[in-house]
Amino acid sequence: MGRRHPGGGDGGTADLLVREGQVVALGAEATDADADLTLDCSGAVVAPGLVDLHTHLRQPGKEEAETIETGARAAALGGYTAVLAMPNTTPAIDSAEVVREVLELGRDAPCAVHTSGAITIDRAGETLAPMAEMAQLGVTLFTDDGTGVQDDALMRRALEYAGGLGVILAQHCEVTSLSQGTCMHEGATSARLGLPGQPAEAEELMVMRDIALSRLTGTPVHFLHLSTARSVELVRAAKAAGQAVTAEAAPHHFTLTDEACGGYSPLFKVHPPLRTADDVAAVKAGLADGTIDAIATDHAPHTLDSKELPFDQAPPGMLGLEYALALALTELELPLDRVIELLSLRPATIARMPEQGRPVAVGSRPTCA
Amino acid sequence: MVSCFFEDSTRTRLSFEAAARRLSADVMGFSAGSSSMSKGESVRDTIETIDAMRVDAYVVRHRSAGVPHQISRWTEASVVNAGDGQHGHPTQALLDTYTLTRRLDTTSLEGVGVVMVGDIRHSRVARSKIAAMVALGAEVTLVAPPTLLPPAVGTFPVRVVHDLDAAMADADVVYVLRIQRERMAEALIPTLREYTSTYGLTARRLALLPANAHIMHPGPMVQGLEISPEAADDPRSLITAQVAAGVPTRMAVLFWALAANPTAPPEADATLEPAATTTSEELP
Repeated sequence: MGRRHPGGGDGGTADLLVREGQVVALGAEATDADADLTLDCSGAVVAPGLVDLHTHLRQPGKEEAETIETGARAAALGGYTAVLAMPNTTPAIDSAEVVREVLELGRDAPCAVHTSGAITIDRAGETLAPMAEMAQLGVTLFTDDGTGVQDDALMRRALEYAGGLGVILAQHCEVTSLSQGTCMHEGATSARLGLPGQPAEAEELMVMRDIALSRLTGTPVHFLHLSTARSVELVRAAKAAGQAVTAEAAPHHFTLTDEACGGYSPLFKVHPPLRTADDVAAVKAGLADGTIDAIATDHAPHTLDSKELPFDQAPPGMLGLEYALALALTELELPLDRVIELLSLRPATIARMPEQGRPVAVGSRPTCA
Repeated sequence: MVSCFFEDSTRTRLSFEAAARRLSADVMGFSAGSSSMSKGESVRDTIETIDAMRVDAYVVRHRSAGVPHQISRWTEASVVNAGDGQHGHPTQALLDTYTLTRRLDTTSLEGVGVVMVGDIRHSRVARSKIAAMVALGAEVTLVAPPTLLPPAVGTFPVRVVHDLDAAMADADVVYVLRIQRERMAEALIPTLREYTSTYGLTARRLALLPANAHIMHPGPMVQGLEISPEAADDPRSLITAQVAAGVPTRMAVLFWALAANPTAPPEADATLEPAATTTSEELP
């Protein structure tokens, strides 16, 4: 017996009977003396399973940091029933072959493993990747995450081409000519620490450009891990103007500021970097008013060794799958409904996962947390 | 004491090792080229290996900011920062401060006008030096093209101007920082010649400096670029005295870290005046 989340129906407390992967009964009828397993969920909430739009599973190529299996286990532990793998693996997920490999490796994982595909070959920003072939295997979201598509004309063509496939392009917004050689947010903290920083504008310029290119091409754009106050404002204005843009934010961007880098621990090195208290407040406001559609973890594991390198040499990335729900509940001051929308319903819609983010109701598959 | 010079340095390393020997410490050391770092060993492994030999202090130089800070998490020994990336070079700031307070025959720099000119942005010396000077009451003015100032310099407790001639007129100290040739390739300055004419301590500018003012430079100097030979050799120059202050200052730091009670804050005199009793170093 557990309290069903409103997204799952009336929101009341009820028993739930699952048989062969389907919810077959709710409430008084949900009894089966011969059940294989009975879970006591009193005091808990049964919600639609969480969906992560932004997971680095590191496989293929960096299995020492994470594998699809270990990443999916972390996800399941955090309440996720589906994750979307990012394509910055080695090789990059930029072809039907690699998509097949990732999906195959994720087939028996403890949560559904979907994958994104790269927009350009090897994420090098030069040649379009075969998006149609990947889309035929079920890929719905394409991104060069880890980097943004720098070339304006190429991004325009990518959007036009994607428009014909009915897929969504997602951008890691970072103008590399402004961010090259940097390892944190540029501001008072970076100046004090003597660490080269990237200005907020490195992100905002690309948000601005892609809003313009999305308008030009009519293809929707999804903004990955928004981290600055003005990025949030740009997306808010674009939505108000009726443009088909969506956005996500990562838990660390509504939880931590650049001052966390003060001890030079590379655990706090992440891209986009931790920003200022004003940016954190703006990301929270964006999540509260719906400007930002989803919370996505940007779960990006690395080996402990590599996170003990000097700050400027260590790879960027933080963990998130096991903490996102807890952080959302404790940091955002939003009602549970909204938190579930941000972590499950909206991301499932954006990534077009019809099996996910569903109400917990009779006939549904119990992808619940 | 182990000198861990992950980045090569001649003067600072020799100065620290001389200081340790004069305090009768055992000295070991390595520099980047000769260490197992070149075989791919991590900083942490290197430190843990040396730690097994039971050492009391590490003197660390690294090209990345924060490495001494990181090392302090992996050892119980004292860690002395001998320069980390563009972050800090605290013993340079201490020896500069020592040089200046000795010359001015004071322990406070209340009201002393320090003009710092050059590549502040990339200078670990500047960051430590500003902190030390401001702590002792000096009024610090930074002079540099905006491209060579740190971002958010407005949050520093300093004044910023771009006209060196005007700043010179009421300076008590002109502190000149090195300019590196790479800065031109990074488009931070158009040409070195233009830099020298606008921000160099040229022979012409020397005439603008008050007679009782002082000239300082942390070295190594590029004479003819940021400082003219005339300025370096001017009677108002403390540059040689700065070098001489290196050993006693570092003796004081090591003595405080290893022999005094390092958990108690040092008394001002212990930091500023140790040379009087522990060394015969000739100081001007």
